[in-house]
Amino acid sequence: MTEPQTQPATQTAPARQGEPLLSVRDLEKHFPVTKGLFQRQVGAVKAVDGISFDVYKGETLGLVGESGCGKSTTGRLVTRLLEPTGGQVMFEGQDITHMSQGRLRPLRRDMQMIFQDPYSSLNPRHTVGAIVGAPFRIQGVQTENGVKKAVQDLLELVGLNPEHYNRYPHEFSGGQRQRIGIARTLALKPKLIIADEPVSALDVSIQAQVVNLLEDLQNELDLTYVVIAHDLSVVRHISDRVAVMYLGKIVEIAERKSLYATPMHPYTNALLSAVPVPDPRGRAGRERIRLTGDVPSPLNPPPACRFHTRCWKAQEICKKVEPPLAELASGHRVACHFPENAPGAPEAPATGKDEPVNA
Amino acid sequence: MSPFLDVKDLKIHFPTDDGLVRSVDGVTFGLERGKTLGIVGESGSGKSVTSLGILGLHKGRGANISGEIWLDGEELVGASQEHVRGLRGKKMAMIFQDPLSAMHPFYTVGDQIVEAYRIHNKVTKAVARKHAIDMLGRVGIPEPGRRVDSYPHEFSGGMRQRAMIAMALSCDPELLIADEPTTALDVTVQAQILDLMRDLQREFDSALIIITHDLGVVAELSDDILVMYGGKCIEYGSADDIFYRPEHPYTWGLLGSMPRLDREPTERLLPIKGSPPSLINVPPGCAFHPRCPYTERTGDKARTEAPALAETEGGHLVRCHMSPAERRDLWENEIKPVLETP
Amino acid sequence: MLLFVVSIATFAIFFLVPRLAGMSADDLASRYVGKAANAQVIHDTAIRLGFNDPVIVQYGRFVKGIFTGVDRNYGPGIEHCPAPCLGYSYVSQNPVLPDILNRLPITLSLALGAAVVWVIFGVATGVVSALRRGSFFDRLSMGIALAGVSLPIFFTGIVSLAIFRDQLGLVGDVADWVPFSEDPLTWANNLILPWVTLAFLYAAGYARLTRAGMLETMSEDYIRTARAKGLAERVVVLKHGLRATLTPVLTMFGLDLGLLLGGAVLTESTFSLPGIGKYAVDAISNNDLPQVMGVTLIAAAFIILANLIVDLLYAVVDPRVRLA
Repeated sequence: MTEPQTQPATQTAPARQGEPLLSVRDLEKHFPVTKGLFQRQVGAVKAVDGISFDVYKGETLGLVGESGCGKSTTGRLVTRLLEPTGGQVMFEGQDITHMSQGRLRPLRRDMQMIFQDPYSSLNPRHTVGAIVGAPFRIQGVQTENGVKKAVQDLLELVGLNPEHYNRYPHEFSGGQRQRIGIARTLALKPKLIIADEPVSALDVSIQAQVVNLLEDLQNELDLTYVVIAHDLSVVRHISDRVAVMYLGKIVEIAERKSLYATPMHPYTNALLSAVPVPDPRGRAGRERIRLTGDVPSPLNPPPACRFHTRCWKAQEICKKVEPPLAELASGHRVACHFPENAPGAPEAPATGKDEPVNA
Repeated sequence: MSPFLDVKDLKIHFPTDDGLVRSVDGVTFGLERGKTLGIVGESGSGKSVTSLGILGLHKGRGANISGEIWLDGEELVGASQEHVRGLRGKKMAMIFQDPLSAMHPFYTVGDQIVEAYRIHNKVTKAVARKHAIDMLGRVGIPEPGRRVDSYPHEFSGGMRQRAMIAMALSCDPELLIADEPTTALDVTVQAQILDLMRDLQREFDSALIIITHDLGVVAELSDDILVMYGGKCIEYGSADDIFYRPEHPYTWGLLGSMPRLDREPTERLLPIKGSPPSLINVPPGCAFHPRCPYTERTGDKARTEAPALAETEGGHLVRCHMSPAERRDLWENEIKPVLETP
Repeated sequence: MLLFVVSIATFAIFFLVPRLAGMSADDLASRYVGKAANAQVIHDTAIRLGFNDPVIVQYGRFVKGIFTGVDRNYGPGIEHCPAPCLGYSYVSQNPVLPDILNRLPITLSLALGAAVVWVIFGVATGVVSALRRGSFFDRLSMGIALAGVSLPIFFTGIVSLAIFRDQLGLVGDVADWVPFSEDPLTWANNLILPWVTLAFLYAAGYARLTRAGMLETMSEDYIRTARAKGLAERVVVLKHGLRATLTPVLTMFGLDLGLLLGGAVLTESTFSLPGIGKYAVDAISNNDLPQVMGVTLIAAAFIILANLIVDLLYAVVDPRVRLA
């Protein structure tokens, strides 16, 4: 890890030197909502509404938020499984925002995706060998000692028995299936892996295995990850930097340590404070921030700061002016008019709410 | 005096074409009014079947159930189905994991609460409807008078779970079982629901069983905790016992697998090797032995002989071949230091 | 939407049916004037009836007939055929529509009566089979159901006629149609065999559909919730289980009934019931194009109407549909 360096506030994440591997600017995805016989458009779900971030080589960026915040859509936009409505996606300096699928194809080798559900993302009629070997065939890659050897090497790499080459997915447990999915992802030696909830469908003890595997592979193969997850503890464990999303926007992005130790956005504070802590003795003394209500519908998000409807610090300005994502500490950017834990700035008036307890 | 809910050596076995599935294979615990028991386990540990068994809802014809379930001095395993049905919803109620699939899609939320209330209370529809609105208000649903006529799909996830809780509490049950009540919810909504359950339990003074895979959720609510593995209770004790003095290697494994926000991040998680066993093919001897790092310490015993659930001190029960002293030594000197490194 | 489909159907019927029959204008006219007429008379008739006009003009006349009625020059005089006019039969020279409408009560009695029988028996059998899966009753009823869907009507119909009417004399003569308004008992007595025969075919399908749906529904989470409330099993099954199962059954029922109202061809032929189905068969064997077109149009209208009703009912049954 390199030390954070100060850079102009117009650029995201100055944490790493050199060109970012993936660079996203003002990315938007609006899903039209249609009605009636003639499919007249009556509105749009602003699933992703203008987000920017960079991912540097070798790092892990965590993307967290609750359901409907647009984190999964972001993953699909970046890998171009969805067509962006606006903005720009740059991969290794190339603009891939609207690149044709034909020209995109060679790039797909470098950019792979891991999915949440290890049950539905593997074709039950194909053997593990066929599944993991498929990328070689699709991309027409020549392997040194044949596809079979290459697949067996991959199986070994992810901790599966290479002799299980001819077995079918149903013969494996959930954790093993997720390993198969990871092996398939690794087949073409990608540079960037987008993992969408890679462990949330797994049992606790298996989650830890897969998290460790992802970390080992990163060190061994020099991978770069974008990990999309709702579980803040998992994200903290594997990420170098973390972006928090709310209703299609990034509200806070920072180095892992900085984000978890001094969360500035009220929403981040609330999220962290809501995570149940496995420490029964501490529960009596713990003061929590309790958000009321649910996340508003992305079809009709609140104006200006989207969090103002649930925020205890919200004032008039929050309903009128959208706060910019500003760098308040080195590498720590927040979109809030009244941030918490902001260095130098006087503490904004927190109306009768206690500070969250964070270790 | 025996506790309000007293479960003794409960076993629920399902004969299938592939062999006998021992979903629950010897579970014992007691629970008082106003107290909360957390049942923790991974998929296939038998935690959900245990709760369904208490309500007499373990499905599948030909399920063999044995042992004893005493609820407020009444034995339920040997009781008639009709008698247990009369207690369901009235004396004991249940909250399920996914409130969207657990509520009937064709009836309004109000109708479903009214139905639950009128099974056990001979009142008119109008009275029951007033009660339903009152219950919806008590679980924090805004504008209950209007929302009572909504269908489940018109509610958000958190609101649906609140409505589910309102339905379960409509007849003021003395035992409430919540099966993964917050797993399908977002973390901020989960916090709201956990608060709500804590408050309502205090208000209704009911006994609460919360079933989950999430040790954090258990720690938030539980007085006592029961850890299940392969259909068996492998450790049972107070929340303090389980979190600060755990003695079973599986419990250690669970604690080590879990990344925690309240501690400095460890370099690596400490997972349990292998996968949870399928209930058709539970390993012989100690069910955990293929995944246990300490199997060799007890020689062949782990493979051949099933350990008994034995009390180590003051109500703390552990099912392990290692001696209590050995386990405590391992925890203090090997496990705890690694888990709690700053 | 509905009108659009009907007009498409009309159009297709009008242009396709004569083509398929492969008759020239003179061939058509000859069917009106009889075999004895010479070629000149036939040709004149063809011109008078407009058979030589461009097809599109004839189609216009046909559609106009449906909406406003038309005047027809028969030679002996001009006759007005009031809207909706589906033309005249070649053979009987009668207007088609009144003929069809006269037969409608027979088809209606047959279809509705059979529908009541098959829904009750089919759904009930399906529910009981699902609840006692693997039992003797389940295997027996599913075996019978398999036979039901496999055996053709003309087989089950004739066998049942031979047994119940000819051997046992239990039922009246089916072919003697007595309207319900005149004598309900005889009406029912005469129709019971066709009902049962037709219902046997359909009940089998409904039993299988209900059984499959019920098995799925009863393993849903909300059924477990209903039991957890302490509901009696009967209420769980009927109010919670069957309600959700009936949605796909309802869809199928609408389609089947619509189809049958257009004529239960095999049943009516087998039992010599003078309904719309029998009418259609006769029309086809006589090459009576106006009759064929008329029957097809009416049948299409019934099917479309039934679909519409099913769609509306769907929204009543399943509140989730109302939003969309």
